[in-house]
Amino acid sequence: MLTSLFPNVDWEKMWEATYQTLYMTTISTVITFILGLAIGIVLFLTSPTQLWANKIVNFLTNSIVNIFRSIPFIVLIILLIPFTKFLLGTIRGANAALPALIIGAAPFYARMVLIALREIDKGVIEAARSMGAKTSTIIWKVLIPESLPALISGITVTAVALVGYTAMAGIIGAGGLGNSAFLDGFQRNHGDVTLMATILILVVVFIIQWIGDMITAKTDKR
Amino acid sequence: MIQLQNITKKYKTVNGELTAVKDVNLSINKGEIFGIIGYSGAGKSTMIRLLNGLEKPTTGTVTVNNQEFSSIKGQKLRDARQKVSMIFQHFNLLWSRTVEENIAFPLEIAGVPKAQREARVNELITLVGLGGRAKAYPSQLSGGQKQRVGIARALANNPEVLLCDEATSALDPETTDAILDLLVDINERLGLTIVLITHEMHVIRKICHRVAVMEAGEIVERGEVLQVFQAPQATITKKFVSQITDTKETQETVAQIKANYPTGQLVKLIFVGEKTEQPVISHLVKQFDVEVSIVHGNISQTKNGAYGTLIVQINGSKDNVADALNYLNTVEVQTEVIANAN
Repeated sequence: MLTSLFPNVDWEKMWEATYQTLYMTTISTVITFILGLAIGIVLFLTSPTQLWANKIVNFLTNSIVNIFRSIPFIVLIILLIPFTKFLLGTIRGANAALPALIIGAAPFYARMVLIALREIDKGVIEAARSMGAKTSTIIWKVLIPESLPALISGITVTAVALVGYTAMAGIIGAGGLGNSAFLDGFQRNHGDVTLMATILILVVVFIIQWIGDMITAKTDKR
Repeated sequence: MIQLQNITKKYKTVNGELTAVKDVNLSINKGEIFGIIGYSGAGKSTMIRLLNGLEKPTTGTVTVNNQEFSSIKGQKLRDARQKVSMIFQHFNLLWSRTVEENIAFPLEIAGVPKAQREARVNELITLVGLGGRAKAYPSQLSGGQKQRVGIARALANNPEVLLCDEATSALDPETTDAILDLLVDINERLGLTIVLITHEMHVIRKICHRVAVMEAGEIVERGEVLQVFQAPQATITKKFVSQITDTKETQETVAQIKANYPTGQLVKLIFVGEKTEQPVISHLVKQFDVEVSIVHGNISQTKNGAYGTLIVQINGSKDNVADALNYLNTVEVQTEVIANAN
C-alpha cells in the first residue's frame, strides 16, 4: 500500500532523515532555551527600574538581539560558514547546522523570554526583595517559576520554527527531511518523496506542539 | 524601635523633581501599632518602603531594629530585612507555589534546613487559621485567605517589625475586620511592632495606638489615636475623622431632623474615654428644664478607649438651653452646635 503510493521513497533513508531532523531540532532547542533564557533575563534585569538597571548593557544586548533576529535565516547560514568551519572543521552534516540554528533562534527566544518576564507582577519581585532574597534567588525562585508557562509556550513556538530552520539548513547539506525533500524529491523529480518528507515534518511539528501545550497547562496554577 | 530623622525623598521624573517625603521625623516604639494615614500620593507608600530599604532616602537616616537601613547594603541589608517583614495590598504571593511553599519561601531565603522549615510552616498555618489549606494554590483562595498566607509568610523568620502596605484595602469590610483582629492578636502575642499605612480611618481606629497623618509628603498631625479623634487639628485629619463619625447616614438624619423639628438646638456631643459611660443625658434632663431628643449616636472603640458622638436636639427656654450647654462643658464633654433654629 505505502509502496504503491510512495514508489520512490527509500524508507531507510527517510527514517535516517527524520532522525537527523529530530537531532538538530532537539539539540538546538535545548541550547536555545538555555542561551535565550540567559539573554532574556539579562535584558529584563538591566532594563530601567529593574535590579540591574544598566542603560549600556541593556542597549548592547538589545542591539545584538535585534540584529540577529533581523537577519534572514538562509543568509545567516551563509554568513556563519567561516565560523562553523572554524568551530567544527566542516560545513556538512547535522552538527554543522547547529551554530546557525542556535544563533538564529536564541535572540528570537530571548525576546519571548523578556515578554514573559515583563508579565510577572512587580509586587512579587518586591515581596521577594523585602524578604531579603538575593538576585540569584529571585531569578531561580521567582522569575523562572512565575513565568514558566509563558517560557514553555515560547520555547514550543521556537522549536516549531527550528524544525523549519532545519529544513532550510538541509538544503545546504545538513541532512534531515528538508534535505530529502529538496535533493531526493525536487531535484530528481520524485514528488512522492517531497510529499512524504512534508508529512513527516508535520508530524514532528504536531508532536512538539502537543508536548508544549501539555507542559504549559500542567505548570499553570493561576 | 524605629527612628526616622530628617527624611526627605525626591524622585526624578520626566516632569522634573518630585518630593515624595519632606522633612519627616518620626519615632515608633517597640510593641506599638503605628498607623500612617493619607490619601494616595501623600507619600505613605514611599515612607513604608524606607523602613526596609526598598527605597533609600535622599537625605536623613532611617534606623529600624538597630540597623541603619538608609546606609546598609548587600548581605547586611538582606539579613536585616529578614527581621523587618512586609505584607501587601495585593498579597504578592507566588502563584506557582502552594500555601505551604509560599510560607516556606522566606525560610529558604534564610537558609533554614528542610525539616525545621516544615515544622515552622505547620506552626504558622495554624497561627493564621489556614489549617487544611496547606496544599492549595493561591488561585484557589479567597482574598482574606491570601492575606493570611501573606501574614504567615511575613512572620516566618520571627521578625521584630511588620510593615503593612494597605494590607486590608483590597478586602471586604468583614474580612478586613478579621485580618485586623489577627494583626492585633499577633501584636499582643508576639510583641511585634506593626507599622501600617492606609487610607481608611476605620483601620486606624480599630487597631492603632498612635497615628500620623500625611499630606503632600509631610506629617501634618500625629498623636494617640483617641486624642486625634477627639480633637483633630488639620483639615485633612478632620476629614478622615468624619469618615467614621459623619457618615452619609448621619448627615441625612440631621437634615431630616432639621426639617422635621425646626425648633430647639441641634448639638453634637463628643464623648471620650470614661465619659462614654456617664449618664450625662439623664442629668441634663433632670437638672435643667429642657427636653432632649436623640437624633443620632455612635460609639467607636479605639485601642486607647472608646470614642462616641451623640447628636441631640435640645428644646427649652433660651436660658435653660444655655445653662444646659454650660453644664455639658463642665463635665468635659465636647459640645458643638450644629444648627440653631431659634
